[in-house]
Amino acid sequence: MHIVVCIKQVPDSAQIRVHPVTNTIMRQGVPAIINPYDLFAIEAALALKDQLGGKVTVLTMGPPQAEPALRKALSYGCDEAVLVTDKLFAGADTLATSYVLASAIKTLHQETPVDLVFTGKQTIDGDTAQVGPGVAKRLELELLTYVSRIVSVDQAANSIRVERRAEGGVQVLETRLPALITMLEGSNEIRFGSAPDMFRAARAEVCVWDRNAAGIEDIKKVGLKGSPTIVSRVFVPSPRAQKAQQIEFDAANPEAATQTLLDKVLVEIPKVKKQLDQTRDNKRASRSAGERHE
Amino acid sequence: MTQNIEKFDVIVVGAGPAGNAAAYTLAKAGKKVLQLERGEYPGSKNVQGAILYADALEKIIPDFRDSAPLERTVIEQRMWVMEDESYVGTTFRSDRFNQMPGNRYTIIRARFDKWFSEQVQKAGALVICEMTVIALLRDAAGKVIGVEVDREDGKIYADTVILADGVNSLVASRAGLREDIKPAAVALAVKETIFLPKETVEARFNLKGSEGVVIEMLGSISQGMAGTAFLYTNKDSISLGIGCMLSDMKAQNTTPAELLEKLKQHPSVAPLIAGGETREYAAHLIPEGGYHALPELYGEGWLLVGDSAGFVNAVHREGSNLAMTSGRLAAETLLELGEKGLPSTAANLARYKARLEDSIVLKDLKKYRNIPDTLHSQRQFLSDYPALLNGAAHEFFTVDGQDKATKEKAIFNAFRERRSLLGLLGDAYRLWRATR
Ligand SMILES: Cc1cc2nc3c(=O)[nH]c(=O)nc-3n(C[C@H](O)[C@H](O)[C@H](O)COP(=O)(O)OP(=O)(O)OC[C@H]3O[C@@H](n4cnc5c(N)ncnc54)[C@H](O)[C@@H]3O)c2cc1C
Repeated sequence: MHIVVCIKQVPDSAQIRVHPVTNTIMRQGVPAIINPYDLFAIEAALALKDQLGGKVTVLTMGPPQAEPALRKALSYGCDEAVLVTDKLFAGADTLATSYVLASAIKTLHQETPVDLVFTGKQTIDGDTAQVGPGVAKRLELELLTYVSRIVSVDQAANSIRVERRAEGGVQVLETRLPALITMLEGSNEIRFGSAPDMFRAARAEVCVWDRNAAGIEDIKKVGLKGSPTIVSRVFVPSPRAQKAQQIEFDAANPEAATQTLLDKVLVEIPKVKKQLDQTRDNKRASRSAGERHE
Repeated sequence: MTQNIEKFDVIVVGAGPAGNAAAYTLAKAGKKVLQLERGEYPGSKNVQGAILYADALEKIIPDFRDSAPLERTVIEQRMWVMEDESYVGTTFRSDRFNQMPGNRYTIIRARFDKWFSEQVQKAGALVICEMTVIALLRDAAGKVIGVEVDREDGKIYADTVILADGVNSLVASRAGLREDIKPAAVALAVKETIFLPKETVEARFNLKGSEGVVIEMLGSISQGMAGTAFLYTNKDSISLGIGCMLSDMKAQNTTPAELLEKLKQHPSVAPLIAGGETREYAAHLIPEGGYHALPELYGEGWLLVGDSAGFVNAVHREGSNLAMTSGRLAAETLLELGEKGLPSTAANLARYKARLEDSIVLKDLKKYRNIPDTLHSQRQFLSDYPALLNGAAHEFFTVDGQDKATKEKAIFNAFRERRSLLGLLGDAYRLWRATR
């Protein structure tokens, strides 16, 4: 099995702060981490390797400073790491990013055929969840999103069976390989790497690929140029001015308390009253309509 | 699956100033060094701002000023003896401090430790973070031959192990190399980093460029406990903290957070930090037992350096300089043994102690050996005197028609009332003895 895991280095959003004076986001000193959703992808890949053998290659497109993220992935037990970095890649949106990653995976595939690609569900700094599916589409891989469990891999039949969280339940899906899987959060827990893995990671060479090494064919499709996404406006939602209110509650008389609450809601949020009235009217209307049908 | 990790000349446990100084000096001289740090990165466990004493670092990295992340050069030192609403203080400001090279700097430890660790790695040491040493490995004769970490297949071997794991040194305690620290030999300090615009810091403290100020405070702020407080100016923040003996805090049932809150509200402190935003809060133990509390500093195959050896001068709040110096001396001892082809036996490692005796580390700790006890048993230094001094100043500087001779007499009588004349003389003697 050759499994490729795509990861992204992101600023640890839990530690991002707004500068008290200038009100700008302070990135300085904010530690960079592996996108937390990607950890589930790494663990799923490693668990499959434990079971079936083979190797796990971890891949990222990013600035040279993204190297520690790859090294960290190696310390969990990934075998090889590739950093695709080029000045031309700056400013990439999800379309351009998926193009670069797909090209790099194609290049990896030429060396050792790739059976599976894993990505996280989404990133915490972009939240689009578009890159994984974009890569799958470009490489014509079967796409399994929001996977919560890998059930089994049948290497002879070249197929994989997974569980996928869907609205209202769990779907059991089976498809042929090669496939791309985006892992759901909470589906597993990243392992604590062994001491030898830590040593290997500290010393390993991370492959650094520029656009040529990564096999980029069309440089118009990378970076800012290859990114049709336009950010038209960034704004901070204004906080609501309303204050919370307290309502006295007499335990002996819950009906009265409910009534007070209802009155307050209906008076202070006219929209609610309007909607309630409307639903009631609709119900009446449909009831009378039903009566007529009978 | 057991994989063996190759053997090293030296394993250094901890990447604070002591460990970094040792690892840097050894790696620079070509030794095969492994440094293990439990934090996510060096400095991640050390978030506070602090004073850096140039001399200790200069002896390790002479041109550190070119690349180290320094905040401000300290050109002014204030001493405040405080009462609830006032202070009596001295200020020493000298333009001589302004002449390069600087003698003391304020730093942010998280940044500084990271920089120092980069130098260690450039010098050729292998530095691995997120690895906690949980035990020492010994051979049949009891000689330390390596460490065990908290990960699978985590036995790593070396000729010598340097323990630079800080004040708690659980490794050393667990291995029986030293006793657990006692509450009376350790202070608990809390510190906040309060952010303010650079211009505000400079205006409030009368600074320009990269000049900085340090204020040391004692008196009513420690509520009669043995302890001091401090304020340092960084580029665009202020480090403010207070520390007291752990045993005192226990006895008085106070928390350091309460002390710090009171300090922030003190009328002399509040205007200096007004409008600032606290962004980092850190609590840390400081070994303050001094000379009498020092553990064994070396043994068969191991050495203690920095805080884990208790090298802190509580009076001058010097710790990182003693940490760096002891780290360097430990490394130089091992280099000397290497040159002479001698093994790391306790008998040979005794040279480390000799080097310490000959350096600022043990010379200063010896000089101040009685301070912890004096402050412990003689509470008047911390409670009565600050009150009396402030009372005296108030009396003296209030122009109210009273002649100065009468004022002086009133002041003298106030001192006499609180402490008998004999007590006063005794105090002077004890303080003099303690600092001698
Ligand atoms: C509030 C406060 C203010 C201070 N101000 C000053 C000042 O202004 N100037 C000054 O010179 N000194 C100051 N000191 C003292 C100074 O911080 C210490 O003396 C100095 O940090 C000691 O360095 P060290 O390397 O021995 O220990 P540390 O800096 O504590 O480093 C120990 C390192 O070892 C790591 N470690 C611990 N256990 C393990 C383990 N089992 N395995 C792996 N790694 C481990 C820790 O994570 C840590 O990084 C201050 C201390 C405090 C608490």
